[in-house]
Amino acid sequence: MSEFFALNDSFSYPILSYLVFLPLAGAVVSLFLRGDKVLKGFAFLVMVAEALLSIPIYTNFDGATAKFQFAEFIPWVNAFDINYTLGVDGISLLLVMLTTFVMPLCVLCSWKYIDKRINEFVFALLVMETAMIGVFLSLDLILFYVFWEAMLIPMYLLIAVWGGDNKAYASLKFFLYTLAGSVMLLVAIIALYFSTGTFFVPTLMEHGYTFAFQFWVFLAFALAFAIKVPMFPFHTWLPAAHVEAPTPGSVILASVLLKMGTYGFLRFCLPITPTATLYLAPILLWISIISILYGGFVALGQKDIKKLVAYSSVGHMGFVTLGIFLINMQGVEGAILQMVNHGITTGALFICIGIIYERSHSRLIADNSAIGAFMPVYVAFLGLFSLSSLGFPGTNSFVGELLVLIGAFEKNKLIGAFAIPGALLAATYMLRLLQKIIWDKDDGHGHHGDGGHEHHFFDLNLREFGTLTFLAVFVVWIGLAPKPFIEKMTTSISKVISQTTATEASALLPEPGWSGFMKAMGAGDGHHGEESGHGESGHGMEAGGEAGGHEAPSTHGGESSHGESSGH
Amino acid sequence: MAFAHEIYVALAAVVFFILTLAETGRGTPRRFALLLSAGAVLSALWAFGAHGDLFGATYRVDAFSQTFKVLISLGFFIVVALGDGLKSYETEHEAEYYLFLSISVLGLTLLTSAMNLLTLYIALEVASYALYILVPLRRGDGSPQVEAAIKYILFGAAASGVSLFGISYVFGLAHTTDIATLVKTYPAIMAEPMGLVALSMMFASFFFKLAIFPFHVWTPDVYEGAANETSAIIATLPKIGAVAVLIRLTGMAGMGSDFTTLLVVLAALSMTFGNFAALVQTDVKRLLAFSSISHAGYMMTGILTNTITGSASAIYYVGGYLLMNLAIFFVIYNISTDSENVTVDDLKGLHSRSPLLAFTLAVGAFGLAGIPPTAGFAGKLFVLTSAFKSQHMWLVIIGAANTAISIYYYLKMVRAAYAPDDAAESAPKVDLSMLGKALGVAFILAILLVGSLPGYFMDLFKHAL
Repeated sequence: MSEFFALNDSFSYPILSYLVFLPLAGAVVSLFLRGDKVLKGFAFLVMVAEALLSIPIYTNFDGATAKFQFAEFIPWVNAFDINYTLGVDGISLLLVMLTTFVMPLCVLCSWKYIDKRINEFVFALLVMETAMIGVFLSLDLILFYVFWEAMLIPMYLLIAVWGGDNKAYASLKFFLYTLAGSVMLLVAIIALYFSTGTFFVPTLMEHGYTFAFQFWVFLAFALAFAIKVPMFPFHTWLPAAHVEAPTPGSVILASVLLKMGTYGFLRFCLPITPTATLYLAPILLWISIISILYGGFVALGQKDIKKLVAYSSVGHMGFVTLGIFLINMQGVEGAILQMVNHGITTGALFICIGIIYERSHSRLIADNSAIGAFMPVYVAFLGLFSLSSLGFPGTNSFVGELLVLIGAFEKNKLIGAFAIPGALLAATYMLRLLQKIIWDKDDGHGHHGDGGHEHHFFDLNLREFGTLTFLAVFVVWIGLAPKPFIEKMTTSISKVISQTTATEASALLPEPGWSGFMKAMGAGDGHHGEESGHGESGHGMEAGGEAGGHEAPSTHGGESSHGESSGH
Repeated sequence: MAFAHEIYVALAAVVFFILTLAETGRGTPRRFALLLSAGAVLSALWAFGAHGDLFGATYRVDAFSQTFKVLISLGFFIVVALGDGLKSYETEHEAEYYLFLSISVLGLTLLTSAMNLLTLYIALEVASYALYILVPLRRGDGSPQVEAAIKYILFGAAASGVSLFGISYVFGLAHTTDIATLVKTYPAIMAEPMGLVALSMMFASFFFKLAIFPFHVWTPDVYEGAANETSAIIATLPKIGAVAVLIRLTGMAGMGSDFTTLLVVLAALSMTFGNFAALVQTDVKRLLAFSSISHAGYMMTGILTNTITGSASAIYYVGGYLLMNLAIFFVIYNISTDSENVTVDDLKGLHSRSPLLAFTLAVGAFGLAGIPPTAGFAGKLFVLTSAFKSQHMWLVIIGAANTAISIYYYLKMVRAAYAPDDAAESAPKVDLSMLGKALGVAFILAILLVGSLPGYFMDLFKHAL
């Protein structure tokens, strides 16, 4: 399998494992600490150390190769050929960085907000970081699934214990939705294993599958990922979870968790099931358009700021899935950049909401209106992040959305045309929010004139100022100079696209129409028997030694035909 | 000495018998039980690699039986250790309690080594009847535990009657009761309808022990009526024995016969029925009873594949189930101050009453739900993977879907324990003894470690088969 790994000896130690397990070690240590500030300070230090640890990965990352770098491999369960395999490529690199950089801010924004059960809070946050980093770095499907599911528990507790009034409902809904989505993912993973004899992701990408097999695997994967993104109509858990979650929970949810779904599409659906992706991409493009428009319209009608930002996330993530399923360079590039941008901007907006919630104890726009006079610094930040959210030129989201839109027009003008109103809607709801919060006239509900308003709404303190400044730097940086962020991922993206659009993938595409589809599915059924037969023989080899599992795929016909296709 | 462990467990039972005759103070039998059950774990480990035949090869000590004996004696030690003070029983019954418990453990130990249908049947009855007695001994006014005991005995006796009848047919068809011979010759007989009938009848009492649908009806009432510490025993130890027997005997059906179809259907029904019924339960023990019916379905899924990997997965699954279920029973036992039953509402505010118990409960519940990185997840993964390989795709999908259903009621417990609750926070803290604290930490570590490093155990179990 070493052909999938790029040799990179920048580090004399397993840096990716350090990255995965440093927060977990911190979590264990935190069990023995006592005291509110000690615990939060400790967690902050661990997370800053983690962020510093991740910087050398970025600087030493070789953008010229699409292979996985800094790879690690340890056998884990021999009986099923499950291995502990880690690696990073251009697709996961930025998301890992996003995670390590956002997490310290989560501690900062909980400094005052979380005042009970600090031990458990810090523990949950640190375990969460381990699981999230693990999801982005895993190259073994079972390892990926372990981290993917393990994430649910700390996130559930963050909402269920430290959440708002309706937390029981929201946390349960979050857990049930995401778990229900991912159980079929497990079935698909097992099916892939028996079709190839391995859980190793790069091998699975190289292996060819029948259309029918790809179709079902794609559906199982897509359900899990679409719920996580969330795509319309699986989005209903998100507003509930966002509204009830405490600020750090909302930030994690918006900045990192939602990216898991889109990352999954890119990492698994496109390269492993290319034909099914090509076949179903038009449907997913239109679902993305619906998500964009639906999210925008519903956001327009919200009274609760958190709900507004939550629905805007549905719209923004629609842009990301739109970019992914365009399957062209600009689209995917824009999608990944937009994942990072959404992480920065929406995370920042949730921190902003947390800041006024700590002052007014209300999330309603009406209760927080016309505070511009009292909190000038705050509204400056809020303004910047809102502009970024609506994709204003010069901010980060502009670059991402522009790339996606260029890709969309290149692919299909109609789809591009339908995506434009989405961007307009974003401007409408964000400007409406800004106008109400900063300048709105007193409409007589009484907190003006009694002096209370001025008293409550004091401006940012140093901690809040630092948090927001940090994010604001990236908003402007990516907005003005996106090149350093994009250039590390181009090679990996072109590989994903070439894997998806390879000739042998398109060759399997069924003829248009229902009868063509049925024919392809039926033909696949006959072939499917052979596939599982192959799985059986793969297992026979497994008894002889674990190497058999790896060799099985490379002897399969898929590889040689790949060589032919790239020849002409 | 190949049979050292059996002799040790039998002697332990004799020690308890002597204790029942003597006047002992409160706690003395328990101290003996702790010591002797810990010794049983050691002797099982000591006899781990042993091989030997007894009584004309009707009793065989091999890697398979020794693996199960370690699991059983481990369960024996844990159930003794978690019943700190034996709250649900009168002092005068303390020695008897341990006497019958150790006899039941002896029966299960013999069961795993039985290589003849008759020794198997006798071992099974020894294990069962000793347990039947523990149920009505529970302290209190009487009606629930007596009802539970009667249901347990009547259903149990009926099931073993059907089994014995089935064994007589099997003997009539195959002219032998030797299991090693039956596994070779019986698949040919399966072609006749009578072969299927005989085998299905013979399996009745093992289905009963495992609480497979439709042999599950006794489970909720017995769990509810029996004392907390006794339910912990009923929920775990006999299942290990049943899994051992089923793995030994499923070979008789051969590959891909109608009997496998029967097992697939029963496994799917067990999972689904158990989970749906558990959704509405309020008594934690009833909830666990229905959850155990659903888990029996998963164990069956591993067993029915009739492959080495599948059987090893089932052993891993039942081992993980033992740990996780006992972890939750440990919590229940410690919460109930006067040996009463615990409802989900009683779990409210547990976090402030005892953080350790709340965490143990959470790890156990997430484990039973099959969330990684617990032993429950690894077990489900292995079982479903084996079933997929044996072409039972629908069973895999049903099993996976059931995971999503089950999370609701497990979360209900965790949520009650962790959600802030003002009324419950003023409730008295739960005092744990040193042993109790150690046990809680051990449960958490064991469930997480066995779950995150399952490779070693799977290799071990595959070697045993």
